[in-house]
Amino acid sequence: MMALPKKRAISFEKRWSWLNKFGPLLALFLVFFFFAAFNSKIASFNALEIMVLQTVIVGVAAIGMTLVIISAGIDLSAGSIIALSSVVTALLMKDFALDPLVAALGGIAAGLICGLLNGLLITRLRLVPFIVTLGTLLVVRGVAKGLARSIPINAGQTWLSGLLALLPPDRKWMLIPPGAWLMVLLAIIVAGFLRYTKLGRHIFAVGSNEDTARLCGVAVERVKVFVYAAAGTFAGLSGLMLMSYQEQGDPTGAVGLELEIIAAVVIGGGSLSGGEGSILGSLVGAMIMTVIRTGCQLNGWPTWVTQAVTGIVIIVALAVDQLRHSKID
Amino acid sequence: MASQITADKPVDKPRLEMRGIFKRFGATVALKDVNFAVKPGEVHALVGENGAGKTTLMKILTGVSKPDKGKMLLDGLPYQPRNPLDARLKGIGMIYQELSLVPHLTVEENMLLGMEPVRFGFVRWEEMRNRVQEALQHLNHPQLKPHIRIKDLPVSLQQLVEIGRSLVIGCEVLIFDEPTSSLSRHDIDRLFKIIAEFKNKNLSIVYISHFLEEVQLISDRVTVLRDGSVVSTQELRSTQTTEIVRMMVGREIKDLYPRTPRKIGSPVLEIQNLAGLEKPENAIFVLRRGEVMGISGLIGAGRTEMLRAIFGLDPVRQGQIKIGIHLGPSSPAKRWLQGVGMLSENRSEGLAANLNLADNMTLSKLRGFGPLNLVLPRNQGAVVQKWIDLLDIRCLSPAQDVAELSGGNQQKVAIARLLQHGVDIMLLDEPTRGIDVAAKAKIYEVIDAFASGSAGEGRAPGAVLVISSYLPELIGICNTIAVMFRGRLSAVKSVEEIDEHKLMMAATGQETLK
Repeated sequence: MMALPKKRAISFEKRWSWLNKFGPLLALFLVFFFFAAFNSKIASFNALEIMVLQTVIVGVAAIGMTLVIISAGIDLSAGSIIALSSVVTALLMKDFALDPLVAALGGIAAGLICGLLNGLLITRLRLVPFIVTLGTLLVVRGVAKGLARSIPINAGQTWLSGLLALLPPDRKWMLIPPGAWLMVLLAIIVAGFLRYTKLGRHIFAVGSNEDTARLCGVAVERVKVFVYAAAGTFAGLSGLMLMSYQEQGDPTGAVGLELEIIAAVVIGGGSLSGGEGSILGSLVGAMIMTVIRTGCQLNGWPTWVTQAVTGIVIIVALAVDQLRHSKID
Repeated sequence: MASQITADKPVDKPRLEMRGIFKRFGATVALKDVNFAVKPGEVHALVGENGAGKTTLMKILTGVSKPDKGKMLLDGLPYQPRNPLDARLKGIGMIYQELSLVPHLTVEENMLLGMEPVRFGFVRWEEMRNRVQEALQHLNHPQLKPHIRIKDLPVSLQQLVEIGRSLVIGCEVLIFDEPTSSLSRHDIDRLFKIIAEFKNKNLSIVYISHFLEEVQLISDRVTVLRDGSVVSTQELRSTQTTEIVRMMVGREIKDLYPRTPRKIGSPVLEIQNLAGLEKPENAIFVLRRGEVMGISGLIGAGRTEMLRAIFGLDPVRQGQIKIGIHLGPSSPAKRWLQGVGMLSENRSEGLAANLNLADNMTLSKLRGFGPLNLVLPRNQGAVVQKWIDLLDIRCLSPAQDVAELSGGNQQKVAIARLLQHGVDIMLLDEPTRGIDVAAKAKIYEVIDAFASGSAGEGRAPGAVLVISSYLPELIGICNTIAVMFRGRLSAVKSVEEIDEHKLMMAATGQETLK
């Protein structure tokens, strides 16, 4: 009696899993063509390059944030870490005259340390991630401002500036800036890591059900420290991108950017209750927000429209997600 | 009593009737031409395997979902509930397996939640209190006071509050869904007394349970559902339990508790004076290869705490745990490495609902699924598929989320994890609670094969420590049994020296196991 329905159920299931995977991508195209219908300039090579460029800062940090959100956590300190990293990098170059590469590694290390601090506070003191990272959001921002004496630090022109800038004519063959390529490369590596390694699976397990993970011998605390440390590191790298983009270390930059990063992850299918999320999705989520912003600008629409539309997209993304989850009933 | 019933309400006229109910979900037919009726003053049992349609039928009855076809009558009048509250107001109350109370509100507030009597926008506290008082008198329990918060009550009393909710509003049909699965023997007896009283007061009771002994004990009639259809509705007096089981599974399960000859070998788990934070105190026993040892006792006696302490999930206050060559308390991760696996009594701990079957089954050992220790889903799926076939797990694929499986199949996934890991010692906490007969039979088979060493080629016999509140099961599958009473573990006895009566006396502290 069950033979026929069972077969149908599989195809039903497959159809949904297809939508799960490519839903955010579909949304990206919808948004893109919506704006293209108003103003075809958005589809020009130039506009595309600018949009990729503007996605990188949020996108790189979103890779780390995806890990945190999959593990059922949250990192509100990302924006502050980005600012700190940009300040540290600029300082190391300007005041210590260090090689740009060393300075860049210093900035990323600052991010790693902040992330480790988040992870250790959360696991050792058994505090809620929301509260801990709300605290470090302020602490890290304070340290960044203290180091920079509250003014932007001009680091001068180095090859770092080219990391996230429009390509010069002789390097148009690269299609997108080196920083964007770095983001793509890291995204592929981390996506593979999540899917094909033990630690990657453990992150999903911790986020899906911490008790089960513990019962199965997963070192839950170590996994958590890892994801926050990784998130800090990616935020640090994102800070480097910010420095490159603005050519200065800005202690007051990236304020509130953590919300945009979290939004990118959520639009991309991440669930704040954990166990779900994808790197590709998060990057697409970040891209969607850039397209909206650029589209509105090209059409000369005011900023408040941009903000309102972004908000609507976030809510629609969550509603679709909800619908997807209730499909079982 | 019959004299009180007036002419327009003859005894045999059903209070509630469901006629020709059909319901389908997508391509699956959940209910097919179901007829079901309950008379006043009757306890009507509804039994069937998980997935047989009991839950769907009750969802329709309580207004959670609508039937595709068919009609319902309440006291002879058409009955079409819009939602659970509407059903309740019309006189049909359900006591859910998972209690649906608000922990931070009081007994009184919970009982009247959503239907506070209001006049001109003000809550009428007097009337509220009177109604609650009346309901509490019916339930007749000294500890149950209107102003206690729900979170301060034990589960058994929370259930009474849930029943009280239906009484307050004057429900005449009460539906109990697996009410005894988390109750101790004592609480079960009290519940049965309450149900008997309801019956005397001419209320109609629908009783859903997997425990056929209970069904036999308190019901007047039984309706058996299988694959969405009614197999039969009969008077219970004339029906044997084995007959009910046969109707439920569609075949006879002859040998529910298989017993391949087991060769008792060397000790693998030795416990000396083990004490947890509160419970257990001073537990002593030795578990050997080829042995299935049962731990009997009431809920709250400290059995679960002992198992968790051994596995490293709960703290050990004192005493010694020796597993093979390893001494002392440890963490779950180390226990797995030492060849010990645990099955939690709580399925929400045992399985991660949003993870797929393959990840759930292999979470304790994500190794050997590809080069460089990579976990390749294809290899992982192939290994998992082997267990799916072996344990007859009903699912679409290894990539399906376990949340979508039935309880019995979920439990099979949880136990397959231990087998896939290749453990030597299984710690099982209520391995068959709340699952259907066919799944139970499969799990008994697994335990027997594991202990007798017939599970796989060249496998040494394993050792099993199993907690169960279901006595026939313990006696059926174990070689040895010990009883825990208020944190103290009795001497370990061979199953031949024991019967249900002795276990019961020891579990309730009336007689120690000698």
